[in-house]
Amino acid sequence: MQLDIVTAEGSVYSGEVNAISAPGVEGELGVLSRHAPLLTVLQPGELRLRIADQEDLCLAVSGGFLEVMSNDVTVLADTIERSDEIDEQRAEEALKRAEERISGTDEGVDLQRAVASMKRSKIRIDLVRKRRHRGDPSS
Amino acid sequence: MATITNVRTLRRRIRSVQNTAKITKAMQMIAASKMRRAQQLSVSGRPYSEKMQAVLANVAAQSTDTEETNPLLTKREVKRIEVIHVTPDRGLCGGLPSNLNRSLGQFILDSSASVSVVGVGKKGRDFVARTGNDLRAFFSDMGDRPSLESVLPISHIAIEDYASGFADEVHVAYGYFVSTAIQRPVMHKLLPVEPAELEPGQKAGYIYEPRSADLLSELLPRFVEMQIYHAILESVASEQSARMVAMQNATDSANEMIDALTLMLNKVRQESITKELLDIVGGVAALEG
Repeated sequence: MQLDIVTAEGSVYSGEVNAISAPGVEGELGVLSRHAPLLTVLQPGELRLRIADQEDLCLAVSGGFLEVMSNDVTVLADTIERSDEIDEQRAEEALKRAEERISGTDEGVDLQRAVASMKRSKIRIDLVRKRRHRGDPSS
Repeated sequence: MATITNVRTLRRRIRSVQNTAKITKAMQMIAASKMRRAQQLSVSGRPYSEKMQAVLANVAAQSTDTEETNPLLTKREVKRIEVIHVTPDRGLCGGLPSNLNRSLGQFILDSSASVSVVGVGKKGRDFVARTGNDLRAFFSDMGDRPSLESVLPISHIAIEDYASGFADEVHVAYGYFVSTAIQRPVMHKLLPVEPAELEPGQKAGYIYEPRSADLLSELLPRFVEMQIYHAILESVASEQSARMVAMQNATDSANEMIDALTLMLNKVRQESITKELLDIVGGVAALEG
């Protein structure tokens, strides 16, 4: 099936995939060929693409929407990163900052944003660690 | 120009045109560097904007007999149209503002419903005020790199006015960036979302997660925001491109003018030298004679 991943900054992926696993708000969901029409909100998480004759492609998505329509899948992502593009150190720093903001008593802190930022960082770190765990020589 | 025969006035004129050329050249360079960024932003934002439009069109085409329809999807009889009119804040960008305003004016004339305008950019506001049309709201100083947050109040007004029944359609008008030389005024309908034409088999109905009302109340505002945001990006790209070209033309014609004036200056100077020489030769001849 045809998959298009776009963000406001541009098109990220466009091509044929065999299966997709995506973080829907109501839980992890898998999309195979000839899936019923579906529209769902995505929560921050891991988007995994199975492409024929290739290793799975993992992407960290921070939220957005996923649409399935007659074998065309469209992901409208808020932001998206490939796992090999993630800088683990930066993600950890961002996580620490977010945690400090949440635990701090500062008045001006936007709690919702801080929590969202913490979630995003956690997912990034998870993704990198998982990748390393699988014994990827490049990381 | 035939009246200018004095060497001194010619020199002064050349200098003044040279100064103008320097300024237009500088503006051309500034516009060119801003233009590259703006063009890149608007072109790379297109896939998202188009895909989102497509998704929403699919949603609007679904038969929603079981659940209540979102107010932003319901069609009404059109009594009032709201147009979000995106224009540059500043001039010196050739015919772009007047083309945009003309296309809006034409739309207002052709439309049978009354039209309210949400002005984004001073050039559009001035036009709406001058022609005595209804200016619903006005925003300016979006800058060369507008942020998504700065668009929120605009989309808020659009959604509010549509949901409350003030306007029965919301359109957005802006200069679509075709190329550095071409910017086309375009207008499209934002609300209600135009349903896609689907084959009967595709109307089976979506599975919505979470339920459709919740999902749509999240997706629709986002859609309006993104479309307006993208319209502004296109508009910035168009503005900078138009300014770059306009300033390039201005610099070119200033340089042409300098050439013409220099030629004239040289002629006048030579004439006066010849005249002086003749005087001297004549004087010598008189003495010898």
